[in-house]
Amino acid sequence: MPAQKPIRLLAIASGGGHWVQLLRMRSAWDDCDVTYASVHASSADDVPGKRYVNFVDVSRRSLWRVPIVVAQMLWLVLRVRPQVIVTTGAMPPLLALVLGRLIGARTLWIDSIANSERLSGSGEIARRFAHQVITQWPGLSHGEDPAYWGSVL
Amino acid sequence: MLPFERLVQAMDNWAAAHPDVPVTIQYGSGVYKPRHAQGFVMTTAAQYRQLVAEAQLFVAHAGMGSIITAIEAGKPLLMLARLQALGEHNTDHQVWTSQSIGSRPGLYVATDEHDLVATIDRLLASGAAVPAPISPTASPELIGNIRKFIAGSRKH
Repeated sequence: MPAQKPIRLLAIASGGGHWVQLLRMRSAWDDCDVTYASVHASSADDVPGKRYVNFVDVSRRSLWRVPIVVAQMLWLVLRVRPQVIVTTGAMPPLLALVLGRLIGARTLWIDSIANSERLSGSGEIARRFAHQVITQWPGLSHGEDPAYWGSVL
Repeated sequence: MLPFERLVQAMDNWAAAHPDVPVTIQYGSGVYKPRHAQGFVMTTAAQYRQLVAEAQLFVAHAGMGSIITAIEAGKPLLMLARLQALGEHNTDHQVWTSQSIGSRPGLYVATDEHDLVATIDRLLASGAAVPAPISPTASPELIGNIRKFIAGSRKH
């Protein structure tokens, strides 16, 4: 049987805790053809030897940036053409997940471990678009939506 | 980077009262700039980790980036949660985080900026516990489940 081509995977997260949590899961996709994306140029140093793409962040305080973020995320998913998207949030990666799903990617939303009381706002939206949403708190899981698969800590 | 001026000002005031202790502050995009502590808007990921590794005590907001960095570095972390009511974040998830994760050994939670400075003095005088070492990767259960999910894309 011929060797299968590695799966093209996009691992994307906003800065701070989102990115740090994503890094703690990287052994799950170490045999994939992975592209990382986050918001600080220096984050490329965290994934030596891997493709890294920087994007402009947006929050509820800088909503004027949304059109820029949509354009960036569209460009990113069209360029990478991921078969799988894995993200720990927040808002720009949610857009990448939705756009990626439209071009056929299998999509996984991992809600941040910070959200111990309820799923994040972006995570709630992701439940409508992602193939799978997971929480890192067993008490927040409802069967498979969202599921509990373990935690980064 | 979202500013957190309540924390920056409290730490800058603490630095003014303790000129013998070097204090370095990453203050983000706030208006208030530290006058007594050293500081910068934002550093690189590598230098940030190095500063945490060299510090005696790490003081930060109750964000997961800070918490995981402290645990990975084995440094005591004293955290102050950003509050939605003060416009410091868009939800109170940092309050939940400090309740759900802040009880781990080596992690300390200040209830407000006054409790923060009192706790710093106490921890520096009596010594703080350090976080227990953890694996550099997430739980094997989580890694295994994500692997299965990724492999599922072959069937499509």
